Amino acid sequence: MATLEVEGIQKSFGGVQAVRGVSFAVEPGEMLALIGPNGAGKSTCFNMLNGQLRPDAGRVRLQGRDITGLKPREVWRLGVGRTFQITATFGSMTVRENVQMALLSHHRRLGQLWRPVARMDAAEADALLARLGMAGQAGRPCGILAYGDLKRVELAIALANQPALLLMDEPTAGMAPQERVSLMALTAGIARERGIAVLFTEHDMDVVFSHADRILVLDRGALIAEGAPQAVRNDPRVREVYLGSGATSGH
Amino acid sequence: MASGLTVIFGVSRIVNFAHGSLYMLGAYLAWTLVTSLPRGHLGFWGGVLGAALAVGVIGLVVEMLLLRRIYRAPELFQLLATFGVVLVVQDLALLTWGAQDLLGPRAPGLRGSVEILGLRFPLYELFLIVVGPVVLGLLLLLFHRTRWGTLVRAATQDREMVGALGVNQRMLFTSVFFLGSVLAGLGGALQLPRESVNLHMDLAIITEAFVVVVVGGLGSLSGAALAALLIGELHAFGILVFPKITLVLVFLVMAVVLVVRPHGLRGKPQPAAHGVAAAEPMIGAAPPALKLAGAVALLLAVALPPFLGDYALTVLTEIAICILFAASLHLIMGPGGMASFGHAAYFGLGAYGAALAATWLGVPMLGGLAMAPVLAGIFGVVFGWFCVRLSGVYSAMLTLAFAQIAWSVAFQWVELTGGDNGILGVWPDGWAAPKLAYYYLALALCLGGTLLLRRVVHAPFGYALRAQRDSALRAEAIGIDAFRIRWWGFTLAAIAAGVAGGLFAYGKGSVFPTYLAIPRSVDALLMVLLGGVQTLSGPIVGAIAYAGLQERLMRLLEYWRLVLGAVIILLVLFFPQGLAGAARFFWERRHGDA
Ligand SMILES: Nc1ncnc2c1ncn2[C@@H]1O[C@H](COP(=O)(O)OP(=O)(O)O)[C@@H](O)[C@H]1O
Ligand SMILES: [Mg+2]
Repeated sequence: MATLEVEGIQKSFGGVQAVRGVSFAVEPGEMLALIGPNGAGKSTCFNMLNGQLRPDAGRVRLQGRDITGLKPREVWRLGVGRTFQITATFGSMTVRENVQMALLSHHRRLGQLWRPVARMDAAEADALLARLGMAGQAGRPCGILAYGDLKRVELAIALANQPALLLMDEPTAGMAPQERVSLMALTAGIARERGIAVLFTEHDMDVVFSHADRILVLDRGALIAEGAPQAVRNDPRVREVYLGSGATSGH
Repeated sequence: MASGLTVIFGVSRIVNFAHGSLYMLGAYLAWTLVTSLPRGHLGFWGGVLGAALAVGVIGLVVEMLLLRRIYRAPELFQLLATFGVVLVVQDLALLTWGAQDLLGPRAPGLRGSVEILGLRFPLYELFLIVVGPVVLGLLLLLFHRTRWGTLVRAATQDREMVGALGVNQRMLFTSVFFLGSVLAGLGGALQLPRESVNLHMDLAIITEAFVVVVVGGLGSLSGAALAALLIGELHAFGILVFPKITLVLVFLVMAVVLVVRPHGLRGKPQPAAHGVAAAEPMIGAAPPALKLAGAVALLLAVALPPFLGDYALTVLTEIAICILFAASLHLIMGPGGMASFGHAAYFGLGAYGAALAATWLGVPMLGGLAMAPVLAGIFGVVFGWFCVRLSGVYSAMLTLAFAQIAWSVAFQWVELTGGDNGILGVWPDGWAAPKLAYYYLALALCLGGTLLLRRVVHAPFGYALRAQRDSALRAEAIGIDAFRIRWWGFTLAAIAAGVAGGLFAYGKGSVFPTYLAIPRSVDALLMVLLGGVQTLSGPIVGAIAYAGLQERLMRLLEYWRLVLGAVIILLVLFFPQGLAGAARFFWERRHGDA
């Protein structure tokens, strides 16, 4: 069974139709890229998948279960991790504590009033951070981290609840080119190893073509192409609306 | 009628306590003018209008001298500064008009009453019931049909855009403020024939206005108008039919509206705050020097008292109580990221819980002390449910409204609470009767409570509070129910404040409505802000400093509100980041930026 099935989701803001009837599915362990120019509706799609926005129409199913219209925290409990285009972490906490929060919430221990956090789930948090190459930063406050590192922290947080589905909105924005490729290689490794379905957006075409198993192309709210990287690369409509004259960035 | 005030408030979104003072000044000035002008139509209506205009001018001065300078300070400090104005005006009114209630003349031509459905309605009430909607209608026309109105509405939505259009924002806001002041003054002046003029009018009307704005829906002009009508009529009729419980009635209406429509009658969900707030500093382990200082202070607090006199012991007991009170407020303000202008409600409810248990149920002291957090906690759960749904300044306004409602009930329900005379004879049991014994009891409970709160801040629950404050988006995305976390945080703080209040009741031997009045809430706020919101030791230091200072002030000065108000205003003007922020600034400059 597909991990995620999306059926004809739509969203408009006032008069603007941001997403108009998008359908697709993601399989376990698959890396699916959602690309398209700025304003195509990628983030809006993500927001409808994790419950931040309620679709005007359409259905979202996670492992066969209808999750349309659930709250983000309910969607998260069902096994969906998410990173944001503009990072959102807890600035007054250390990197380790940020990950600990996700772990504590996953273990439903946030109501506890007595034991200090410092001694709870710290080893598990450190293991996760080490896996993402952040072991050295564990004790630093999130408020002063470089942007690329914040993206890694977000990934660690998103992985903390053993997700079945990972939603990554521009996970490598703000990183140096080599860093991008290595982070996505790492993500792909973890996804395959744990059977996590990954849906990500990305502007860097090198990253997309080297790590995506399949690509969806979104333009002005509608899917205009879907398929293996090679097929998408050669699709004339994609070349026309998105790649233009061979540019590698979607600005 | 509060309607005009409310509409201005809803439109301009300038959050402001000072409107209450302007309303009260309107009533006082109208009294002076009407009683000194010749009797008759001209004297009365001329006096009322003259008072409204005079208040408009006063408002203008306040805006130009104070508010204009602090628009860029954090919102909480703006609110605080306007509260400073309230304190100053209260004492000025006291100086000018004295403490007793003033009775105004009846309105000429509207003295009689008519009978409707077997009830007698004074003509003047009917007049007010008609005037309210008329003023509202005129305002709606003004805002929707004139260029000025359009600009004001645009400015409240997007100040920068209006600025970019080349509109002089200063003039725009000043004119809004003038209009608001005139209306506030008019509202106050029109109360003259209806009820006595007194020094409580300012906070009473502000409460009403806040409730109206929240019921109507934030930022919705028509909603505010609708709610003003609803609540205004409820008041007008309620006073005639159930004079004692109008406030409770208002509260029930608000509760029903917010349960059915969480964003108010006509409100939309609030947009998330613009921009990312500056990262709050971390809460770490206390540095060794601070630990040492704390240990020394504790040692002194335990070892010294046997050598002190009764008076010093009383002061020390009060300081211990203040520490717990401030620490409880700090939990919601610091880690919770919410502001409360009505935290004294829970302190006072604790005091009343203890006193009522002692006098009506005859329970011994420990039973009374146990009742204190129970009563405070129950109300914390109920009031908190409303307050934590909103965010920022609106939430703070609602906490104030609830505190004011609690105060009015304590003040008006004379049969139960003794009203203004309070409840006397709430003395500790024999073993705790000596001041020294009671001091140790208070010290143990207050320090215990404060340390418990500290423990909570370091535990997962405290982290969850901080998490929802740091990033509501991320918190929700990792399964944290921010509403529930804030709600329990609020309740926990209420319970701790209740303990402090219960101890205070037995320490004083009596309980008065002032225990839950707004000035006491502001005491707590000042303690926390003085000490610094960001550190855990802040409220402790702030409580000690402030309690000591105020004790001195009140003994030395008759008009302490005036001085306190002025101090608050100066503090906001010159240290907009608070004393702790200023201290850090100087510290960092001296030691070079790390
Ligand atoms: N909250 C919102 N309100 C109004 N319009 C929005 C909102 N979010 C997105 N949009 C609009 O929807 C369209 C798609 O935006 P988005 O999903 O962020 O695109 P992408 O992530 O592909 O760059 C854009 O035209 C954007 O302006
Ligand atoms: Mg986007």
